[in-house]
Amino acid sequence: MSGLVMPAPKAEVMARRAEIIADLRAIVPGEGVIDAINEMRPFESDGVTAYRQLPLAVVLPSTTEQVSQVLAYANANGIPVVPRGAGTSLSGGALPLADGILLGMGKFNRILDIDFANRTVVAQPGVTNLGITTAVAHEGFYYAPDPSSQIACTIGGNVGENSGGVHCLKYGLTTNNVLGVEMVLISGEIVRIGGKHLDSGGLDLLGLIVGSEGLLGVVTEVTVRILKKPETARAVLVGFPSSEAAGACVAAIIAAGIIPGGMEMMDKMMVHAAEAFLGAGYPLDVEALLIVELDGPEAEVNHLIERVAQIAGGLGCQTLRASTSEEERIAFWAGRKAAFPAVGRISPDYLCMDGTIPRKALPEVLRRMEAMSEKYGLKCGNVFHAGDGNLHPLICYDANTPGELDKAEAFGADILLLCVEVGGVLTGEHGVGVEKRDLMPSMFNEIDLAHQQRLKCAFDPEALLNPGKVFPVLHRCAELGRMHVSGGKLPFPDIPRF
Amino acid sequence: MSALIKEPASTERLCPRDEADVVEAVRWAVSNGRTLDVAGSRSKAGLGRHIQTDATLELAALSGVTLYEPEELVLSARAGTPIAEITALVAASHQMMAFEPMDYGPLFGQPAGGGTLGGLIACNLAGPRRPSAGAARDHALGLRAVSGRAEAFKAGGRVVKNVTGYDLPRGLAGSHGTLAAFTELTIKVLPRPETVETLLILGLDEAQAASAMSAAMGSYYDVSGSAHLPADIAALVPAVAGAGRAVTALRLEGVKPSILHRRGKLEEMLRARGELSFLNEAASLTFWQAVRDVEPFAATVTSPRGGEVGAGTAPGEGFSSATSPSPPPLTVGERENILDTAPAIWRVSVAPMAGADVVAALRPLGARAFYDWAGGLVWIALPDGTPRSAEVRAAVAATGGGHATLVRASLAARAEEVFQPLDPVTKALVTRMKDGFDPARVLSPGRMYAGV
Repeated sequence: MSGLVMPAPKAEVMARRAEIIADLRAIVPGEGVIDAINEMRPFESDGVTAYRQLPLAVVLPSTTEQVSQVLAYANANGIPVVPRGAGTSLSGGALPLADGILLGMGKFNRILDIDFANRTVVAQPGVTNLGITTAVAHEGFYYAPDPSSQIACTIGGNVGENSGGVHCLKYGLTTNNVLGVEMVLISGEIVRIGGKHLDSGGLDLLGLIVGSEGLLGVVTEVTVRILKKPETARAVLVGFPSSEAAGACVAAIIAAGIIPGGMEMMDKMMVHAAEAFLGAGYPLDVEALLIVELDGPEAEVNHLIERVAQIAGGLGCQTLRASTSEEERIAFWAGRKAAFPAVGRISPDYLCMDGTIPRKALPEVLRRMEAMSEKYGLKCGNVFHAGDGNLHPLICYDANTPGELDKAEAFGADILLLCVEVGGVLTGEHGVGVEKRDLMPSMFNEIDLAHQQRLKCAFDPEALLNPGKVFPVLHRCAELGRMHVSGGKLPFPDIPRF
Repeated sequence: MSALIKEPASTERLCPRDEADVVEAVRWAVSNGRTLDVAGSRSKAGLGRHIQTDATLELAALSGVTLYEPEELVLSARAGTPIAEITALVAASHQMMAFEPMDYGPLFGQPAGGGTLGGLIACNLAGPRRPSAGAARDHALGLRAVSGRAEAFKAGGRVVKNVTGYDLPRGLAGSHGTLAAFTELTIKVLPRPETVETLLILGLDEAQAASAMSAAMGSYYDVSGSAHLPADIAALVPAVAGAGRAVTALRLEGVKPSILHRRGKLEEMLRARGELSFLNEAASLTFWQAVRDVEPFAATVTSPRGGEVGAGTAPGEGFSSATSPSPPPLTVGERENILDTAPAIWRVSVAPMAGADVVAALRPLGARAFYDWAGGLVWIALPDGTPRSAEVRAAVAATGGGHATLVRASLAARAEEVFQPLDPVTKALVTRMKDGFDPARVLSPGRMYAGV
């Protein structure tokens, strides 16, 4: 990989590898510790395959007690720990460290409690996202966040990354659907936060833990809320002659008080790629295609479909089709869901970016991305969670062409900086990880980042959990803890002050 | 620090005009070893542990909406912006704060309609829509704040979907000013439902009600509020007092055709459980406001200067609302005298099916209670100002866990634990967070936990 710099491996840890592995085997016996290079290979990268690193050892615990002992051991011996779920991260969040333990949570794969009366599920972190829905589907329930990796990704990883999906405008991200966790701190101490009830009266530690990218602790149990699957879902496929018109339609739908279950936009390149890939029946003469899905009670869905059709018609859409059967609705989505493999067919490699922008900035962002595409000489298609402004540009490149990965990465960084420039953010749902780590200063100044790191220090003072992720520079906690405040005169002598 | 044993009621008021002033105020406090009570308009000063500080940092002058883009679903405002101003502004675009912020005014014997955005987020308040729409924290997108290090910082962003860095806006929601003083907040706003109706089931006991609410919340029919008022409480709420029995209420919001459809389906589903009734839009609005603001337990107080403040607690007495004329607010001293003797009020959050068990355990103490959040949020009034903390916490623990917060009690009671006590590991964690954000303990020290 190009310019990525990870924390330098600690020589004293590397030198003790054999001893450390023996100690870990005493904690996690049998096949729970992997140290053979060929067996560690599958763990050397996550969904961002451009970055690879073999860990010191892979440890696969199966009980909370083992996790606790492994972390306490790592803490006592200054060994970094990188937690990993299914390894589907799109930001390099589970990239191992040469001197670090890769802590795979895959053996935590049991659902512990299903409570339909309270509408909750308690699952171990290695249960897949879809596994939760599958476990409750017979009663018509489901777990709402649906990242596109939901077949493989785990609920523990979802908690780490605060994963989203196409339905999160209406149903929220992971953070809005998690009620509690059991978590092991780097000290080995076990804390339980939340439960089957809503909202602690006190500090919202749960809100900080969700999306903390494995830097604060290792989650060993998750309580989520489940929802009744909507009675009906119908989708409308709307084609527009320009992305501006499609964007205006999205704004008008929301301004009309409608929050669709999903609202996706694809640009012309993506429409053509998807159509070539599986013949979804998308119109090919449009510049932008919207999929608007309404879900809920049947009467409501039918009523809202009418209104969406009116709005789209009033804004000059070229084509409009509402699904009339479940098969047709699924067909509308099939092209969108196959967007990534479809691009994989027309380009040897691609980078998937993940910025969020205020939706009104879409035309400007698309225009400037086109200019960047020309500048870098790389094609770029766009799929867009249009309702919440989450943009996924797919940059096409060929890793076998020297220098092209570097160009693609520079292009991607330019896109994310553009997102920030127009009032958006670096990542909407994939996380910072290593991929966007060095761009953090474009959003946050040193004081902002220092305050975030002080939170990290409260959980992990020696910075042993997932170091090298999220923060471009990891300051020592002792340094961050010092306070320099000068002054001291009350500069406002009148009452009320100021 | 020694804040707890100073003179009563801090008199020094610091009223910053902008973020730079807030930094100056905190710098002054840090340099001189002084403590600050972080406040907005002081409408919720009765929440949290009772503390004495050297000065009050009043952020009400940091006021004004700085950005509102209805089609982007975002609003930014300075921390001291009145909630009422934001509610009115977004209502004009048919939007709302979907978490349905509750108003503690009536409970504390103050006029309804007070409070600032900063206070709302700092206390992480939410109303009956909480189970379906989330709490305040779920709508906090970004913030600017000043920590106890006298440093201004920002976190989050101004878009509705963002995972860049730790979710400090969410983490600081509910921090009651103990980690940072907010100066500006960005929140998500959502479309207002076109209309609302309420289906009532009459005469259920508490266990039957929990079961009925669970069935409704677990149905296809998008119930956006589910509350149960035992007969003695229902008698205090004008919209349902006529029923003369316990009332289980299920709220339906949205477009008219959808509501009609859902109401029909729910009626079919629930008919066998009890006699059904119905509240129209106007009655629904007053009913859910009464539930949201805990009006049945509002402090009945007569101001020494004349005029009733707050709502009645006896059957037949009138209810305060945002529209009724408000008498002059009580002074802090007057209010504290009243709250010293008023019934202690607990806010208990447990698994929805466990709410009735908590109440059953406390009935022998003379507890009166009603339920929101399908049974999971229980408002409990104990007969006098005595909080009976041990019994309440034991009742909550017996259900398998949850949180009990003492929201109204005498000053003496509020100097003790008010929030759910933390286990030692979590307490140490929270203390280290305080060390990071406010090492000199200048920001509302002790408001949430002793020593924090």
